[in-house]
Amino acid sequence: MAVLEVRDLSRQFGGIHAVEGVSFNVNEGEILGIIGPNGSGKSTLFNCILGQLQPSAGEVRLDGRAVTGMRPCDLNRLGVSRTFQLLQVFPELTVRENLILAAQEHKGSMVSRLFGARDVGLTGEANRMIDFFRLDHLADAKAGGLSYGQQKLLDAAMAFMAGPRLVLLDEPAGGVNLTMLANLRDRLEAINREGATFVVIEHNMEFVMSLCSRIVVLAEGRIIAEGKPEAVRQDPKVIEAYLGH
Amino acid sequence: MDARVKPAHDDRMNRRVLGALAGLIIMAALIAAPFGLKPYGIYILTLWAVTTIAAIGLNLTLGYAGQVSLAQGAFVGIGAYAAALLTTHGWPLGSAYVVAAIACFAIGWLLGYPALRVQHHYLAFVTLAFATLAYLVFRNEEWITGGIYGISNIPRPNLFGYLLRSPRDFYYFCLANLAIVSLAAWWLIHSPWGRAFVALRENPLRALSLGVDTRRYTLMAFALGAGLGGISGVLYAPLVQYIDPTPFSLLLSLNLLLMVIVGGSGYFFGPFVGAIIAVLLPEWLQAASKYYLFYYAAFVMLLLIVSPSGIIGFFEKCFTATRKAEPPPAPAPEVKVA
Repeated sequence: MAVLEVRDLSRQFGGIHAVEGVSFNVNEGEILGIIGPNGSGKSTLFNCILGQLQPSAGEVRLDGRAVTGMRPCDLNRLGVSRTFQLLQVFPELTVRENLILAAQEHKGSMVSRLFGARDVGLTGEANRMIDFFRLDHLADAKAGGLSYGQQKLLDAAMAFMAGPRLVLLDEPAGGVNLTMLANLRDRLEAINREGATFVVIEHNMEFVMSLCSRIVVLAEGRIIAEGKPEAVRQDPKVIEAYLGH
Repeated sequence: MDARVKPAHDDRMNRRVLGALAGLIIMAALIAAPFGLKPYGIYILTLWAVTTIAAIGLNLTLGYAGQVSLAQGAFVGIGAYAAALLTTHGWPLGSAYVVAAIACFAIGWLLGYPALRVQHHYLAFVTLAFATLAYLVFRNEEWITGGIYGISNIPRPNLFGYLLRSPRDFYYFCLANLAIVSLAAWWLIHSPWGRAFVALRENPLRALSLGVDTRRYTLMAFALGAGLGGISGVLYAPLVQYIDPTPFSLLLSLNLLLMVIVGGSGYFFGPFVGAIIAVLLPEWLQAASKYYLFYYAAFVMLLLIVSPSGIIGFFEKCFTATRKAEPPPAPAPEVKVA
């Protein structure tokens, strides 16, 4: 059963085809990896799927429902969450507040959020997430004061706060040290077992090959290979794309 | 890292106690103040209270939600004209609150739309254009605003049948207004809305990806800020009892912006302190007669060089510095002004 269907998605910038006729499915419960050399259109693809950019052509379906070009905030409330390539936490909020913010808009209405409980009943869930990502000693610290790796964990934790069905992670391993990386993979696998589906863009081959059950390879905006990690690794087209230039 | 983060809880408790104590002392001082002041002094203090309300509004829009506005003065003007027109035609001031708040909220909401497309200095120019437009309406639409002749004989309001004619009575009335607005702003800032505003300021793209409807919050930030500008105007008209377009020129918007930034943009108490600097300090510096503008400008420049996050930001820095350095407690460096 496909959670996400992408059909013939294209996006041009001026005359450049950043993404061209890309189609793939993401099945319930899987961890799909998207790899490709720099500039192959991975992030643009994410942005088109998530409504951050309007696709020039094509369609995106979530659980069979067309969501092409839907605003990111509405898509998020349908259970699609993401992280960005560059760190995106709110430095002036504490770790716990970052997490509460990440789910507060999923609860109640504007009016109930103004007059209701300050934490929208999310402190418990935030603390659980803080525990889960091993950030306990930092719960009340401002996010801006955390180390890069800790912020990266917080960034991921925020994407999971509202209990999403589908999470798109853009280079979660980028700039993270080995210990933190093992911790991160561990956490992602645990959340996947709880039922969340993942799409992961990643440059760290070892990380992506060990985490993902299936891999899509992009080059120059098109899909050039798709399959199990072992098969993709041996594909001459993939080797060509990475080493050819 | 751990050693720095651990006392966060203690730190917050201490700050809360300190803040509550400071708040009580300031409140007592504000209530006692008119007994030691001449009418002019009371007038200036009332002006401070009225101006602070507008600055609190701008602090919501700019300080918390991060949306630059050079139009806050225009909303004060709209509120003031609404109050002047209604009360001189026999309506109670209460009706002016309703009309000004609704009108300013609605216009502020509309003014928020450009903010969905442009940001920072571009947005500043859009709001600046609106402020200029409003000023031209106040000045040129004589049939309603009285043009450059303005509107005079604006009555002081009645409160449950008691006429607030004396400066002291009206001062307390404005102080009560300020207290109510402060409580409401405090509530808002500490509600999930406040969190969403900060998220909007710090990273709108990320906020959007977390389900925060940035469009709605941006418009709301403008509308609420403008609404408080209107309330401030509703009090300003009966305070001065005569209004013409002059006080609502672009200068007022710039002055309010100065208050928010000098006081500490994005700090709850920033506007209170900023309004002291912009309303009271010039009066105190009058003694220096013709040089006062020079001293005043020098002070503001020096302050912003020493602490770009304003006076409250400066105190916060000192507070954290002393905590880190203890023992012995490091004396906070002083900004010396003439």
